[in-house]
Amino acid sequence: MSTTITAVPTKPWQASKRERALDTGIFLAAITASIAVVALTPMKGKLAYFTIFFIAYALLTSVFNATQRGSAAAKDAFVNSLVAIGAIVTVIPVASILATVLKKGLPGISFSLFTHDMALATPTDPLNNGGLLHAITGTLTMVAIALFLSVPIGILTALYLTEIKGRFTGPIRFLVQAMSGVPSIVAGLFILSAILYPITKAYSGLMGSLSLTILMIPTIARTSEEVLNLIPNELREAGTALGGTQWRTVAMIVLPAARSGLVTAIILGVARIAGETAPILLLTGGGDKVNPNAFSGPMGSLPYYIWKSFNAGSPEAITRAWAGLLVLVGLVLILFTSARYLGSRKAAK
Amino acid sequence: MSVQELVIPKPREITTEPRFSDKVFRGVVTTGGLSSLLLLGLIALFLGYRGFEVLRQEGIGFITHADWSISTDDAGNVLDSHFGLAAMLVGTILCSLIAVAIALPISVFCALFLNFYAPAWLKRIMITIIDMMAAFPSILFGIWGFLVLMPSVEYWAKLLHKYLGFMPFFKMQVPFYTRSPFVAGVVLAIMIIPIITSVSREIFSQAPLDRIQAAYALGATRWAMIKAVVIPHGRSGVIGGAMLGLGRAMGETVAVFTVLNIVFQINWQMLLGAGGNVASLIILKFGDASPYEIKALMAAGLVLFAMTLIVNALANLIVRTTGKSGR
Repeated sequence: MSTTITAVPTKPWQASKRERALDTGIFLAAITASIAVVALTPMKGKLAYFTIFFIAYALLTSVFNATQRGSAAAKDAFVNSLVAIGAIVTVIPVASILATVLKKGLPGISFSLFTHDMALATPTDPLNNGGLLHAITGTLTMVAIALFLSVPIGILTALYLTEIKGRFTGPIRFLVQAMSGVPSIVAGLFILSAILYPITKAYSGLMGSLSLTILMIPTIARTSEEVLNLIPNELREAGTALGGTQWRTVAMIVLPAARSGLVTAIILGVARIAGETAPILLLTGGGDKVNPNAFSGPMGSLPYYIWKSFNAGSPEAITRAWAGLLVLVGLVLILFTSARYLGSRKAAK
Repeated sequence: MSVQELVIPKPREITTEPRFSDKVFRGVVTTGGLSSLLLLGLIALFLGYRGFEVLRQEGIGFITHADWSISTDDAGNVLDSHFGLAAMLVGTILCSLIAVAIALPISVFCALFLNFYAPAWLKRIMITIIDMMAAFPSILFGIWGFLVLMPSVEYWAKLLHKYLGFMPFFKMQVPFYTRSPFVAGVVLAIMIIPIITSVSREIFSQAPLDRIQAAYALGATRWAMIKAVVIPHGRSGVIGGAMLGLGRAMGETVAVFTVLNIVFQINWQMLLGAGGNVASLIILKFGDASPYEIKALMAAGLVLFAMTLIVNALANLIVRTTGKSGR
């Protein structure tokens, strides 16, 4: 009777217990080294721990790999630790920013903040005086007007680039990309020189929204172009084959198919401009009262409110600025998350 | 019995002439598409028109001189004025170069991590975080940079000066570290990391898979593969990404204004607390500027516009040609 021998399945690509133990050992040794160096030498602080830990870890892994497996493995291990530093250093600021905004902003958030404006209060007043109702309404009004103006232009530009593909496609694509690099302050100066000084001669919310429109068009146009490029050509051909004109094909087939992607593009555009500060400082005049009329009178907005409070400098004013930032960041994050959600649903289909 | 006359229909004309509705549609879309072209032209035109008087008076001195002063009599007539952007231009370039020098290695390593090291779940989370960072408003970076980051960065600057002071860039005569170009550069670096990272990640992810697998099959380590396949493929794309970041850093206003000390003297010492920045100059001087000074600010805006436009155009050209060749 012969016995059958079945090979036990192994996973040679996984680290063995011994290798894992060695890795942990090196990690622990690096931590010990950093603690020891900080304790023994005059170097102090978080920075010292951080730097020495990484230097020690990189050195230890490289030396260990050099002795065990040769120089190629040592270089690989060294780059491993560099890459890890790159990833960690990228994430640290985000974590720090979010933590600070939450920690410093939450004490300034109260219900009355959302029901009062600053008409009877100054930034240095105690926190229960005044609020940022005027700023929220102002920002929403300006964003709404900017949306109304930039969505048609942005989507028409994207349609030109994807559907018509005329003579100007190359230059327009190039210019839209260049336009997305226009500094926000230049957009503000442009509205100032082209409209505010010669025509209206007064600060108003409308001027702010016009500058925001300039900043929003390229974001919407570029994202929409990407979305429209993803619509399969078969759909367009089917529309034409059924006898549809180009107008009917685009309006009845292409745009509905791209709807959720276009919404994502618009939301990303709003997230881009909601916190734009420089042109708002130049153009809106930053009123302290709720002003529902964007066409006349200075209009407050979240960035302006934050800026004004921050520059007032007293502890109350700084808390106000952080509270304003928390509201602004909350708004941007909500927009961003909804854009992500819509975008990912589109991709899943 | 009637004779039916045989009617032969006339041959129908086949035409590629679009219908009326399509003509309207194409007209509207083309107009919409051309409007962005128009807008950019108008920006240059109006800033140039407003700043023309100052530009003509100052000539080339507008970008080579470093003093900014205006004196008026009681009636508001301009008696004497000197407008020179040199200190601001030097400051802008210095801050953005520092930003790119810090952000570029971090972003490239981060992009490598995302493409070739991170497990799928971590990659997804980190891409979300990085995109989110790109959407943060600049005033947030400004205030966070001023209140939270600046004390640490000043401490780093002291360390750099103490231990690396023999190197030419870290030299300084007067030990004054507050609000230096270095601080502004660090804040800008944090702001442009997401841009360079996402461009590099895109380019790296297009590295040809067959060559990657060929490198592995020949026994390459991960780093050897990256050095042999990914870096040669992505080099120019990464340079394009860095230039996009440079353009963004040059035009940044509020975040720089909060952390930079603006001084009208050309200063190349990056650790010294005396910098300049064209965009911040506009915010600084706008509040109480006389009509004539506003014109000078418009001219400054035009210079900034031209600078960022050129940098961006070059960057896009580089990124696009790399993306297209796909190898």
